[in-house]
Amino acid sequence: MTQSFGFDVAHLLAGSMLVLSFVLLYQDRITAVLNVFALQAIALSLSVAWQALIQDSPHLLVTAGIALVVKGIVIPTALHRIVRRLGIHREIEDVISAGPTMLTGLGLVALSILLVMPVGETVSVLVREDLAFALAVILLGLLMMITRRNAVTQIVGFMSLENGLVLAATGAKGMPLVVEFSVAFSILIAFIVFGVFVFRIRERFDTVDVSALDQFRGERGERG
Amino acid sequence: MISPLHAILLIPAIAVVVLALIPGYRIGAILNMLASGLTFMAGVALLVVPRYRSDVLIIDDFNIYLVILTTFVAFTTSIFSASYIGHELETGRLTPTFLRFYHALYQAMIGAMNVALVANNIGLLWVGVEVATLSTVMMVGIYRTPAAVEAAWKYFILGSVGIALAFFGTILVYLVAQEVLGEGLQAMAWDLMVQASPKFDPKLLSLAFVFLLVGYGTKVGLAPFHAWLPDAHSEGPTPISAVLSGLLLNVALYALLRFKIILAANPATLNVGLIMVVLGLISLVFAAFMLYRRRDIKRLFAYSSIEHMGIITFAFGMGGPLANFAGLLHMTMHSLTKSAIFFAVGHIAQVKGTQRLADIKGLSTSHPVLAVGLALGVIAIAGLPPFGVFTSEFMLVSSSFARQPWLAVVLVFGLIVAFGALILRLQDVLFGEASGPAGEVKATYVPLFLHLALVLMAGLWLPEPVVRWFRAVAAQLG
Amino acid sequence: MAMTFHIALELIGQAIQMLLVLAVAPLVLGITRKVKARLLRRIGPPLWQPYIDLWKLMHKEAVLAHNASWLYRAAPYLVFATTWVGAALVPTYATSLMFSWSADIIAIVALLATGRFALALAGMDVGTAFGGIGSSREMMIASLAEPAMLLVVFSVALIAGTTQLSTIAETFVHASIGLRVSLGLAMFAFVFVAIAENARIPIDNPATHLELTMVHEAMVLEYSGRHLAMIEAAAALKLVLYFSLLACLFVPFGMATTDKGLAALAIGFGSYLAKVFVLAVLLPVGETAVAKMRVFRYPIFLGGAFAASALAVFLLFVSRGF
Repeated sequence: MTQSFGFDVAHLLAGSMLVLSFVLLYQDRITAVLNVFALQAIALSLSVAWQALIQDSPHLLVTAGIALVVKGIVIPTALHRIVRRLGIHREIEDVISAGPTMLTGLGLVALSILLVMPVGETVSVLVREDLAFALAVILLGLLMMITRRNAVTQIVGFMSLENGLVLAATGAKGMPLVVEFSVAFSILIAFIVFGVFVFRIRERFDTVDVSALDQFRGERGERG
Repeated sequence: MISPLHAILLIPAIAVVVLALIPGYRIGAILNMLASGLTFMAGVALLVVPRYRSDVLIIDDFNIYLVILTTFVAFTTSIFSASYIGHELETGRLTPTFLRFYHALYQAMIGAMNVALVANNIGLLWVGVEVATLSTVMMVGIYRTPAAVEAAWKYFILGSVGIALAFFGTILVYLVAQEVLGEGLQAMAWDLMVQASPKFDPKLLSLAFVFLLVGYGTKVGLAPFHAWLPDAHSEGPTPISAVLSGLLLNVALYALLRFKIILAANPATLNVGLIMVVLGLISLVFAAFMLYRRRDIKRLFAYSSIEHMGIITFAFGMGGPLANFAGLLHMTMHSLTKSAIFFAVGHIAQVKGTQRLADIKGLSTSHPVLAVGLALGVIAIAGLPPFGVFTSEFMLVSSSFARQPWLAVVLVFGLIVAFGALILRLQDVLFGEASGPAGEVKATYVPLFLHLALVLMAGLWLPEPVVRWFRAVAAQLG
Repeated sequence: MAMTFHIALELIGQAIQMLLVLAVAPLVLGITRKVKARLLRRIGPPLWQPYIDLWKLMHKEAVLAHNASWLYRAAPYLVFATTWVGAALVPTYATSLMFSWSADIIAIVALLATGRFALALAGMDVGTAFGGIGSSREMMIASLAEPAMLLVVFSVALIAGTTQLSTIAETFVHASIGLRVSLGLAMFAFVFVAIAENARIPIDNPATHLELTMVHEAMVLEYSGRHLAMIEAAAALKLVLYFSLLACLFVPFGMATTDKGLAALAIGFGSYLAKVFVLAVLLPVGETAVAKMRVFRYPIFLGGAFAASALAVFLLFVSRGF
């Protein structure tokens, strides 16, 4: 019974991360996107903490703490500030509209389930489910990066993708802490890089809309 | 006593800190050269110390040669870079503050690549590739022109997606391994995995490899995932183009090959060779055709890098002692030749003040030495004898004709198309009416001709120890 | 003898349910209107106003357009009949009533679709512009809502192993099914669908006759007298039907299942009324909080419902591993 309860909670938390990924795709205002991202990070940290409990590996709590503090609080706050400073509370322009995006997202979820489910006979159901959810979150993050044209939302898409990675890493039983630290570390680097870029882009074009960069694509002055 | 293994990791790490603190760009450039030179010496010293393994680091035949190649090209590029950046400062494209940044990042990238090369832990391997990528992203965007920012952004987005997928693949590999090797560090140690591979779950391992292939394949610049590569090469400083093409692509391919060895030891897994052959040929043929439409000299050679990475991937995909040998040799030759070409291109772009092929004309009359350097580089990269690239391509073609004639036909077709494109595009650059400024090149030609000499030497005569060594690695690759 | 008595009891049980939904429907409407009015700081009509309205409409003369066909006259009765049957089949206070075997959730969806079809035809019958636009919009909403509804049905049916409502309710009351993300998502999607189907804000506004926005009201604009009474009653019944479905699928607790004693039945009755009351209060609260959507936004709203329900089905496959 306790085993099944443990499974249920893990299922609930990982599932809610996936649902939040969908909500993230569905949002069309930057501030809402940031809030949903923070929620997802909190769901991630709860999920990791739960894994720490049922796997009896307290070092995972560190990862949970990092997820909560850095991705749940610090990064969203910083991004909120950036958004406010740039004055972009307006709507996000999607490359493709919400309907096809959602359908593609559903397709990706189905794909990740189909990929992970049949191959993982040797690993436990819990791990397999975690992997399927994680892969789905990763692919949805990817989708978000593709469909959004705004630099800030692309960052969020990338970090949501990283959330999926952390979920997968903690689902893998006994994966050494080295890796988790490095993941957290790399996220930090990623964030710094992104921050620099956002400001550079802002400084150059007075917009963080990446499509404004399209005119410089490829070989300049080249036609046909 | 610090062993050479520690030295190749520690020297860049210390250099990053020191270079970030030192304000003078001249001292920075000298220190950069010094650190790269020391790292190279430490790399060579790896040859004389005994082989080493722990669960975290490993030195074996395979990576020792890549470490030496990487540190060597990094060293020569640092020499080229010292003369290159002086000019950039004069024209005001870079400021001294940015140069501090640039030198520190250069060392960070070298260090990260060394970490990736000597890592036995597949997680550490991943970290190395990721850090190397991020530091090059910063350097690609260092000019801060709109085009440079876009190139860096694109590189960053595609690179991170690739790296994320590679990480997922790494997790899957760990999951497979911990069933057999038990939880903890040993389940991430590459050499233990190779030994235990026959007991692994083949399905999950195959799935993992697909992610790793797409992930690291993006970094290698294989064709459908190559979109970042031409932009990153053309918009960044030329020394970075040289190390990107010459080293980072190799390191990513090396990571992929490490996993290929694990899969090769388990007969029930996916046919990795076939996928690599297909991807390699697609990259080769695609890039060969793309070469015809280029109007920017650095983009031209960026596509040529995609083409050659395709050839190398094809070679390792074919497998077998001869094809693997050809692949290893080609990897080395391409690194040396392509970085030499970028050195030449860097000088040309600086004296002519443009990267547009149409505006660079008649180099042989205005800058004869540079023209000779570029011409030799292009002859080498196009695969003409007597250079080393010809040797490796010839070995590859003949071994594929013996085994899979149809694949060999595609391979030869791609090679010929690429050859034609390079000759066609560069004819005007080298010959004809001289155009544009004819200023003196205030830079050293040593790295350029040193590389070309090595490539020529490899084409004429490969030293016996090197041959033996390549054979051993080729056997390991299966 | 005992057999006959048993059958009679069962019949009474079923009859009670039929009458219950019919009796409760106008009251539910009254509650929602009252709560909404109070939220808007109006006093609002008394709770029994819908009864009075219906009574009045029944006694008014039915005015027909002279080009109206038999279909136009038959449609209101058909709509009322299908909705009433549907509402009476959904288990309310007890499971396993006499006709529970026919209370298949897909059948109920089909019954409602039949009613909607008749109404849409009737809307176009007279040939007025409003009727046409109302029918076309109604059909658009239906085409978007139905896939989501079916997926909700699938996910619930996959968990319970049946599409029969009464059995589903029993399964959910008795078996421990744990914390299911799927069920939460299915409920979320179901609420969206219910809002769209019942022409509530933000999809439609039952209280408006503004040309640009009305959907359901546009279809029935030409009706009067007893025909209108039928349609109004059917609308109220449909609301009750969705409330009962929600209660039966996602919060079946308190329902009389195997124990058919008087006490259990009383508890079932009480809990059913309580649940419907809570929902009737929650609906206008939610409606007050949001604004009416533009027609072009409907696909996004219902697309969300579809995505949620599809996700619910997918998640079931994950936890079951096929």
